[in-house]
Amino acid sequence: MPHTSTTEELEIIEAGGGGKPPSFPGRDDDGSPSGRSGIPQRVYVTGIAIGMGAILMFFMAFASAFIVRKGVGSDWQAFPMPRILWLNTLILLASSVTIVRARHFFARGDRESFRHWWTVTTILGFLFLAGQLIAWRQMVISGFYLATNASGSFFYVLTAAHGLHLLGGIVALLYVGRGKLRRLTFATATEITSVYWHFMDGLWVFLFLLLLLGR
Amino acid sequence: MVSRKSSAGSSAPAVLLSIVILILVGSTLYFHIAKTWWFPAAITPVGSQIDQQFFVTFILTGIVFVLAQLALAWMVFRYRDHGQKARFVRGNHTLEVVWTTATLVIFVGLGVMAAHAWGEVHFGGPQPGALQVEVTGVQFVWNFRYPGPDGKFGRIDPKDIDASTGNPLGLDPNDPAGKDDIVTGDLYLPVGREIELMLRSQDVIHSFFVRELRVKQDTVPGLVIPVHFTVTKIGDYEITCNQLCGLGHYHMHAMLHVLSDADFQQWEQKQEAQNAQAGQ
Amino acid sequence: MSSHASPVHHSEAPKGWIRHYIFSLDHKIIGTQYILLGLSAVTIGVILSVIMRIHLAWPNVHIWGFANGVVSPEDYLRVITMHGTLMVFFVLTTVPQSGFGNYFLPIQIGAPDMAFPTLNMLSFWLTFVSMLVLLSSAFVPGGSPISGWTAYAPLSAVGEIAGPGQGLGQTLWAVSIALFCGASLMSAINFLGTTIDLRAKGLSLMRMPLTVWGWFITASLALLAFGVLLAACILLLLDRLAMTSFFIPGGEMVSGVLLKHAGGSPLLWQHLFWFFGHPEVYIAILPAMGIISHVLSTFSRKPVFGYKAMVYSLSAIGFLSFMVWGHHMFISGMNPYSALTFSILTLVIGVPSAIKTFNWLGTLWGARIHFTAAMLFAIGFVSLFVTGGLSGIFLAQPALDLYLHDTYYVIGHFHLIMGVAAIFAMFAATYYWFPKMFGHMMNETLGKIHFWMTFVGVYCIFMPMHYLGYAGDPRRYALTDSVHYLARLQPVYVFISIAAFVTAAAQLFFYFNFFWNIKHGKKAERNPWRATTLEWQVSTPVPHDNFAGHYPTVYRGPYEYSVPGAAEDFTPQDVAPEQVAKA
Repeated sequence: MPHTSTTEELEIIEAGGGGKPPSFPGRDDDGSPSGRSGIPQRVYVTGIAIGMGAILMFFMAFASAFIVRKGVGSDWQAFPMPRILWLNTLILLASSVTIVRARHFFARGDRESFRHWWTVTTILGFLFLAGQLIAWRQMVISGFYLATNASGSFFYVLTAAHGLHLLGGIVALLYVGRGKLRRLTFATATEITSVYWHFMDGLWVFLFLLLLLGR
Repeated sequence: MVSRKSSAGSSAPAVLLSIVILILVGSTLYFHIAKTWWFPAAITPVGSQIDQQFFVTFILTGIVFVLAQLALAWMVFRYRDHGQKARFVRGNHTLEVVWTTATLVIFVGLGVMAAHAWGEVHFGGPQPGALQVEVTGVQFVWNFRYPGPDGKFGRIDPKDIDASTGNPLGLDPNDPAGKDDIVTGDLYLPVGREIELMLRSQDVIHSFFVRELRVKQDTVPGLVIPVHFTVTKIGDYEITCNQLCGLGHYHMHAMLHVLSDADFQQWEQKQEAQNAQAGQ
Repeated sequence: MSSHASPVHHSEAPKGWIRHYIFSLDHKIIGTQYILLGLSAVTIGVILSVIMRIHLAWPNVHIWGFANGVVSPEDYLRVITMHGTLMVFFVLTTVPQSGFGNYFLPIQIGAPDMAFPTLNMLSFWLTFVSMLVLLSSAFVPGGSPISGWTAYAPLSAVGEIAGPGQGLGQTLWAVSIALFCGASLMSAINFLGTTIDLRAKGLSLMRMPLTVWGWFITASLALLAFGVLLAACILLLLDRLAMTSFFIPGGEMVSGVLLKHAGGSPLLWQHLFWFFGHPEVYIAILPAMGIISHVLSTFSRKPVFGYKAMVYSLSAIGFLSFMVWGHHMFISGMNPYSALTFSILTLVIGVPSAIKTFNWLGTLWGARIHFTAAMLFAIGFVSLFVTGGLSGIFLAQPALDLYLHDTYYVIGHFHLIMGVAAIFAMFAATYYWFPKMFGHMMNETLGKIHFWMTFVGVYCIFMPMHYLGYAGDPRRYALTDSVHYLARLQPVYVFISIAAFVTAAAQLFFYFNFFWNIKHGKKAERNPWRATTLEWQVSTPVPHDNFAGHYPTVYRGPYEYSVPGAAEDFTPQDVAPEQVAKA
């Protein structure tokens, strides 16, 4: 994590009241500011990693249900893949690129450019979600409602679940973009948000391929 | 409170604990050996194999059970606080290796042994010429279907299910093969002949269980699951539902009548005659 | 724990009753909240089981609260469904882990709180809401569901035509469980993050108390398992509410209604449910195993025998627990070859459990045993675990499970190992940690009475159920009068019921002992058991940030009792080597 003075400029809110709390020793920190609490910043990184494990298992359950249901069900009908999903995938991949750029500028201390690319990422995230809604529309137009066929059912369930988790990522992007953080440093917050964002991206690619090849 | 000096407590809890454990072990052993509440005698060859496997498991686990509980009872008594110093021991690597290996060998060994009986039940079907009977579970009765003189089961269509008009299984009236099918509420089987039951369900998961056969199999909607066996003893046996299927789960009951060859043929002919009459 | 403006680890607790007690961020308060939630759940659960036992022994006896006074078959099934759901989720999954774990994990590792205090508070309240949703099912049209805590499809999926309670009641059940999954996942993240990142200086993994190891591995299981249950519940809700066909096959004729679903697989529900369900039962027992090692060591005045083996076996059990779920499905119509694979793996998972039992016996060997109430329950646990575990060896073999599946044998097995052994560990934990939590001692005599009545009582209740299983007595039967071979079992039913009443009554000693002594018990000193781990080195009551600003350094393992050459028969973890008094 970077230790430049510009980083500290980004930490707008300082601890209120009571002077510095006793620092929590724990294992050796790498010197990064631990905010105003005694909790070291690395717990948030650990937390995100662990959380991703849980989310992954959730989606793996759906994925295996998908595979099993296709295998045993005699009524499986391949649904037509909504065309906009190709564009959506590109948008999401692009947003991973833009978030990397944003972090690059953050590391360089260029606050202006960081904000710019962070905002672009957020907008791309919104565009993706809008695109998912359009994809649903395209499904309905081609006759596949939620219960029409199991293949379509999985499409809706997987895209809805992913979309909801992505929305959580967008909320994080907005929160960090707002510029006021309480317990996390900006370094940590941008790191864990981008890790989660890349995870959402990779997860989408997996789900997209699963639906594309498995439908 | 735990003090360094010899505890003021008496040996009472230790003695009592050891005695209680001994009584529990003793009574458990008694009811197992006396077979006060026990399996009914098996009436199929695979049932005897299953019983054999049960016996082996029982002996092995019984020995472990007695030894472990006795060890606990002994330790608790022997090492109660009477002023001694506790032994500072972190462990014993050799012991760990020994008891891990022994346990692994015994447990997995039992599993491998049991595979044979399981294979008898499920790996591979019956000999050709086995009597096929279809078993259908529905909330809350059992229906049994025989193919009749033509030896073929008629088509089933759920749309045709109507218990009130005497078609609980939904036999398709347009399929001639089904006209001579025999549908009963109890299961009749001939002794000494290999049987194949085709298990189905109309609504929710049920489970076909006859203790003496040592047969139990869930009946799953959407699947047809075969089980096969040969019965070696004539008699009447109870069929119960063994998977929670709703309100009437507890009275989803039927009878298995195992008849001599002659009696079974007689029964079959009577059913076919009744069928033919009803068909007109 | 803190308001918005002040730093998290200021040593003052927040002012204001609501923030201090209701929406507290302090892990100790949250842990206590979970324990109280579990206590209310177990109270309801025990009442339900008493109702069950009255009904089974004397089916015609009138019981207050039921229509016409009689427990109808649907009422009976509602009772068993709610009993199972409450006990498994809101007692066995919460109290040992989120209750005692929340309270003592941070202290035992030298941390001021859990890693994510706000998330902690949210997990508790989400669990609370989940329980309210579950209980509300009893008050809606149709009442609580009748499909058991396992809610097998299609019975649970097709709606109210399948039976009473299968309408709104079952939907509420699924929503409740889904919320519970969310809360558990949040809690698991907290436990893992805390254990990984907030350990005190010197507290390496192999110096952690076995309680911490138990909580850590349990949290790993919860992290990976609850997501699967959540997915399953979502698919179930869609089948119920949106006419999808994940679990419902075609051609379903239920109560005269031909359903329009097609192609679904009932076995898919079982696979998803048990993939969660088996790790779940280990989630129920692993913290208990950690607690028992801890208590046995303290009152034997000896290190845990084979600490490393204990850590490896906890890990092995955790790892293998994801590979054995099929043993719940031997009879389900699953591929018989898979059944054998699951069987071998299930027998293998018995090995680390056996290793733990041997090591517990090893801990008692050469000991200097003090028979406190906590210790009695710990010893009782070992006996119960042996019995309950060994009956699993029968069930692990498909050829034997073929007969015993879904009979009372299984009920006896899982109650001994979950419903009793795990509960004994919770009792041991309560008697052990009460002085630290409340600053007063529980009454030892009452504790001993509680132990003796309960220990004998539970054997009298659950051992005979194995015999019922041999006789082929099926589970979940509201009445036995339709099956002729069940008639001669009635005396056993009566015996079990009487034992159940006595055992349930014995718990009143515990309730009284617990609540009375919170205020009126003898004042507790800081370390009444002369124990080595960090929770006993902090003052009682525990300061707001656990260590009053002086975070410990750990110098040794957690069970240094009766060390040769030391003046005392216990050497606390945080005393520097040069400070340890020599004999």
